[in-house]
Amino acid sequence: MSIDPNASLALELLEVSKQFGAVKANQDINLSVVSGSVHGIIGENGAGKSTLMSIIYGLYQPDKGQIRVNGQAIQLRNPQQAISLGIGMVHQHFMLVETFTALENIILGAEGGALLKTTTATARQQLEQIIARHGLAVPLDIPVAELSVGVQQRIEILKALYRNARILILDEPTGVLTPQEADELFVILRQLTAQGVTVLLITHKLREIMAITDQVSVMRQGRMVAHRKTAETTIAELAELMVGRKVRHTVEYSEVALGTERLRVKDLVVRDASGVERVKKVNFHLNAGEIVGVAGVSGNGQSELLQVLAGIISPTAGEIHYSQHMITPKTPIDAAEVRRWGVAHVPEDRHRMGLVLPFQAYESQILGYQSEPKYNKGLSQNYTAMLNTYAEQAEKFDIRPRSPYLKSASFSGGNQQKIVISREINAEPEVLLVGQPTRGVDIGAIEFIHQQLMELRARGKAILLVSVELDEIISLSDRIIVMCDGMITGEVAREEVNETLLGMLMANATGEQHG
Amino acid sequence: MKASTAERWLSLFILPSLNLLTAFFFTALILLITNVNPIEAAHYMIQGAFGSQEGWGYTLYYTTNFIFTGLAVAIAFHAGLFNIGGEGQAYIGGLGVTLVALGLSPYLPALIVIPLSIIAGALFGAAWAAIPGYLQAYRDSHIVITTIMFNFIAASLMVYLLVNVFAVPGEMTPASRSFPDDIKLWQWHEFMGFFGVDFDSSPLNISLLLALLCCYGVWFLLWKTRWGYEIRTVGANPDAAIYAGINPRKIWVLAMLLGGALAGLVSVNELLGVQHRLVLGFNAGYGFAGIAVALMGRNHPIGIILAALLFGALYQGGAELAFEMPNVTRDMVIVIQGLIILFSGAMEFMYQPLVRRLLWRWVRAGA
Amino acid sequence: MNDILTFITLALDATLRVATPLILAALAGLFSERSGIVDIGLEGKMLVGAFAAGAVAYWTGSAWLGLGAAMLASMGFALLHGLACITYQGNQVVSGVAINILASGLTTILGLAWFHQGGSTPPLVGAQRFNDITLPGADALKSVPVLGDFYANVLSGHNILVYIALLLVPFCAWVLYKTRFGLRIRAVGENPKAVDTAGVSVALLRYRAVLIAGALCGIAGAYLSTAQNAQFIRDMTAGQGFMALAALIFAKWRPWPILAAALLFGFLDALAIRMQGVSLPLIGQVPVQLIESLPYILTVVLLAGFIGKAMPPKALGLPYLKEQR
Repeated sequence: MSIDPNASLALELLEVSKQFGAVKANQDINLSVVSGSVHGIIGENGAGKSTLMSIIYGLYQPDKGQIRVNGQAIQLRNPQQAISLGIGMVHQHFMLVETFTALENIILGAEGGALLKTTTATARQQLEQIIARHGLAVPLDIPVAELSVGVQQRIEILKALYRNARILILDEPTGVLTPQEADELFVILRQLTAQGVTVLLITHKLREIMAITDQVSVMRQGRMVAHRKTAETTIAELAELMVGRKVRHTVEYSEVALGTERLRVKDLVVRDASGVERVKKVNFHLNAGEIVGVAGVSGNGQSELLQVLAGIISPTAGEIHYSQHMITPKTPIDAAEVRRWGVAHVPEDRHRMGLVLPFQAYESQILGYQSEPKYNKGLSQNYTAMLNTYAEQAEKFDIRPRSPYLKSASFSGGNQQKIVISREINAEPEVLLVGQPTRGVDIGAIEFIHQQLMELRARGKAILLVSVELDEIISLSDRIIVMCDGMITGEVAREEVNETLLGMLMANATGEQHG
Repeated sequence: MKASTAERWLSLFILPSLNLLTAFFFTALILLITNVNPIEAAHYMIQGAFGSQEGWGYTLYYTTNFIFTGLAVAIAFHAGLFNIGGEGQAYIGGLGVTLVALGLSPYLPALIVIPLSIIAGALFGAAWAAIPGYLQAYRDSHIVITTIMFNFIAASLMVYLLVNVFAVPGEMTPASRSFPDDIKLWQWHEFMGFFGVDFDSSPLNISLLLALLCCYGVWFLLWKTRWGYEIRTVGANPDAAIYAGINPRKIWVLAMLLGGALAGLVSVNELLGVQHRLVLGFNAGYGFAGIAVALMGRNHPIGIILAALLFGALYQGGAELAFEMPNVTRDMVIVIQGLIILFSGAMEFMYQPLVRRLLWRWVRAGA
Repeated sequence: MNDILTFITLALDATLRVATPLILAALAGLFSERSGIVDIGLEGKMLVGAFAAGAVAYWTGSAWLGLGAAMLASMGFALLHGLACITYQGNQVVSGVAINILASGLTTILGLAWFHQGGSTPPLVGAQRFNDITLPGADALKSVPVLGDFYANVLSGHNILVYIALLLVPFCAWVLYKTRFGLRIRAVGENPKAVDTAGVSVALLRYRAVLIAGALCGIAGAYLSTAQNAQFIRDMTAGQGFMALAALIFAKWRPWPILAAALLFGFLDALAIRMQGVSLPLIGQVPVQLIESLPYILTVVLLAGFIGKAMPPKALGLPYLKEQR
């Protein structure tokens, strides 16, 4: 396949729509992607990007609309067809068999013959050529589970190239990468386009779009709202297009007098189940009446930090002090006890931890507080008290619908999050640990949740805010600590904050180790 | 009709009925293959199960066992565990009942020995279930496999004990000596006679009341207490449980203990109520049937009572059927049981897409 | 000394006979579980196979036709398991339980209806059975001590199904590790999504694996009724399907260790029979029941991680939902 220099189109979508139940995930999407270019698709979480990519890769069938590849109208019924048309996809969550080697993973589904001996030999030859041509260093014979995330991603790219992909879709490729790995990825992508491969890059990170794409299309609430040449647009314009209005610094910030110290973390180390150090010798403190933001690319130890502070996992080394209480590796701890110390926790993932989806709303509303005397009456639970609490909180936080008997799963993301946050704030904690408070939440609810956090701060409570949304961190925090690779790479006061500085700290580009 | 009401009807009534009908349809088909008129067979079965006081007596006696094993599966299920060890837990429960009934009766009055014996049955069943529960919780071994293995280990152990320890010299059948005359539960006809009501003699005894009490207890525990709340949280979402300060491991062991205790009570009905001695294989099939009962009863005590009654009627009606029609044996009941587990359990949602589509059309037309 | 040798020879000979159905059924479980489908229905499928073999061999007079019928009948039940687990995404353990119970009831009812012999099929004679084969040169080598003795009295003198089972072990290992099909089976049991996105149908792969399991269980069943015994007897599997499951787990879902586990369990069984009433020096009389339940106890101990951890395929037991939203 050669490339037409007159900007021929590799991929076209015409009026494509897809609906799941009542949710219109994609509506009348139009898209034109020039051959040999890097085309970005940007949008907030839940804007419909992943659905769109799944349609292009044949995983979902559109309800209506047309897809054209190299000018040919096509019907995609399964990924196999997409692959045969030269479309390859690197999923956000890698599609690798961890016990297999890179080679086995790459040939899976494209083995060529029934016997592995001959096919692996030819595959190895071809792969070595591809590796050499594109500078994709990958060890072929080591089980994937033993390789780093960056290498695993390269295996995914190799997988697509091995299947002669000429159009490569990357879904949020940098979400799991370190900044260095992301840069390496961009170099690879540039090399690929130089050889005529078309790259479709899906992301919600504006900086990436500006850094690597030629064109960009913006999605919002299931619709394609704008197409721009990257050279002719700005971050501010794209951001506005993404959210649909001027970017928020919506919260009224007011001075609150600092109170006593509520939390002090000393030389904290956390290892995960497989023995990898996720949090490395972290030190910080948190006072009453302040919000401390924890910024960082997701997967740099923030989740583990939050969980160890909440008593969900145990530290490997170091100390955590909540006023007179202490968590150390030697003192076994559970979340219930930490809660009794006046520490509340809004978990990062409400579906995984914050709620019990099959439970009725009022049952989820007491999760974590089920042992409190007010919810118990002798042997039995106190249903009147539980229902009253729910009614109160539903009114105060405008949880819709109000019905306490509705299953938690039936609420929208924003309302589920309100159930969780109202529950934790209602406990009147001295310290509130919050993870991703507005992930997958609609804009109205975001503002409301931000206000609630600020009110809590105004009442003299201490809040630790972990978020991957820089906007959120910047507009709410009195102080920001930045994590990279499990370490704190810097601490920035509200007055000194600027995005460039944070970005450098998040990539650990300043090279200092703070602590 | 509102859509949510329609969904409720779908999951609570329409699908279970369709699944049961499918199971019965295939039963009829198999009867036809074996040259038996299914309608006639159904007639004999219903007549046999419910046509007389004696029939009712037997039906409810079987029902009692099914309630125990159904609850044993259900309570573990709510904690997210699949307890298919009811068979072995009931068996070992019998050991507890027997040890107390035979061992303490020389020293203590019957009024004390009987309750102790019941408690021992529950405790032994609980202990036998606790080991797989512990291994699942703290050693990550899969509960399904370990409970299966424990069924076999229990069977070997009981054969050994019956042959080498409990056997009565000179007796051919491997069984213990009989419990003393006063160590037994009230038969139902004696119980009713106390109130001046006549009831035909049958194996039915007051264990039925114990079973119903357990149903209430399980319902109260699961939906009215915080322990039940914690069990259901662990079953639905172990991560959320940890977040909420609940230790799933402890809950798993607790749920298995309770399940094992309930299964162990089968031996109360069988040994204290009917056999009055420890016999080989008194537990046969009840543990596995409990899976079907729990599935059909949707793991809710009310549902379990209804499903247990159905199975009790099948067992008794099946015995009657075998008596009336020489071509049929009680194995027909096993087939029905298998079909019910298949269609009400494994293929539970087979009709869901179809029925949902029809229902939605109807709901829309109504709105 | 000679007594001990004879004892060992006889025990090893019996071991092979007992281990054969375990090898076959465990290999069946291997395919099913490596593809991600839990198979506690090995017992039921073996039973159905045994019944079909017993019945058809009697009617046709051919053990081979019986074997074919056994494989088909068992595959029919496997298809049912596939339908429940793959198409309807039901609970795989529940489906397995249903299959076991259904098989037990159905074989007895049909046996009674067709043969009127208390659920058994009529005794088989001559070509209706798989008879023992003397391997070439066995008689000549008999007098050679140890090795010749082993060849003549342990290896030789079994029916063809024993040798088929032994040959199936390397064959299955080859299929699983050296072919495209095996690669895909192993992949789909670990990460079905990876297989799906690579453009290979998860459902089709799993159906094939489940059907292979059916065929192998059918052979195991035919062995019970037309080779080891000379008729079908109700519930004649008597837990061997579960013993095979234990062997599969004990072998950590790998073909060669399956052979070893099946032989070990078979040996324990053969030992249990020979130890009946025998008093050992120092230990005294070992309860037969203890030896019999050793395979189960060993499996529990292994699963508990006390003697090395058994890691099941990662996607085992999880139905694969395509359009996840």
